[in-house]
Amino acid sequence: MTRAYPEEVAGPYDPPPRSFEDSEGRELRVHAYGEGPAEDEAEALVEMYAAFDPEDRAQGIPPTGEDRVRAWLENILAPDCVNVVAWHDGDAIGHATLVPDGEDAYELAIFVLSAYQNAGVGTRLIEALLGAGREEDIDRVWLTVERWNTPAVNLYRKVGFEAAGNGSFEMEMAARLVD
Amino acid sequence: MGGSEDSFRALERTVERATEAGDDLTVAVVENPDSELAVEAIRERVEAFLRESAVDADVLVLEGHAGSRLVEVAEGEGFDRLVLGGGETSPLGKVTLGEIAEFVILNANTSVTLVR
Repeated sequence: MTRAYPEEVAGPYDPPPRSFEDSEGRELRVHAYGEGPAEDEAEALVEMYAAFDPEDRAQGIPPTGEDRVRAWLENILAPDCVNVVAWHDGDAIGHATLVPDGEDAYELAIFVLSAYQNAGVGTRLIEALLGAGREEDIDRVWLTVERWNTPAVNLYRKVGFEAAGNGSFEMEMAARLVD
Repeated sequence: MGGSEDSFRALERTVERATEAGDDLTVAVVENPDSELAVEAIRERVEAFLRESAVDADVLVLEGHAGSRLVEVAEGEGFDRLVLGGGETSPLGKVTLGEIAEFVILNANTSVTLVR
């Protein structure tokens, strides 16, 4: 399948860390995975996904059940992936990841706990992830999103993704990080 | 069967279930633009698997648009169920449904089973 990437570079965005006040007045921070405030960040993410609203799952992820979550995280927290985490004090409340697809591009996904949605967290988190990816010389990023998930599609468009492929249920979108 | 890994997984499970239930089985080989295997190669692999499993099933090759041909044959020849591969997993672990499965789900009046 050929995927069309936009001509223009998304952003460019700065890599983490960044801190901001969300629209609910909460002080939040975004860090690269491994540089956050928790001693055991993988465990903090397991806790975040345990609290994840099943309604917010998309295309089978995050998986359900702690064992499956752990196995899935082990894959996407591998050293060849790029991960950033949004923190409220010591709690992980958002997570975004880039996973190599074996064909010189990276697949993107982002998760925000429901209590922190619609507060500007997703935008900061995805911008930080794209900044971290650019720093790693990643130039092409893609994702799939359920066509009816308008808030997500709008977020991806806002940060520089464009529709790249066709499916009835899922839409493929792509962004370029480096010229 | 369009030749993707999930289509072969669907075949294995369907043969198992059809044998247990005593159901009649017909395997349709279709052209899948996303698959690297040619129709003839898929058919050979299907027939070899059916021989190994000692299952007596017809094998059809459907030319043209895979989804619409599957729906047409299932409805026209009175099949009571279509079984398809239920999608591949993306690098990140997302379930992604193939175009043929999407078309069949949206268009078939026959019951559809997706094998995961």
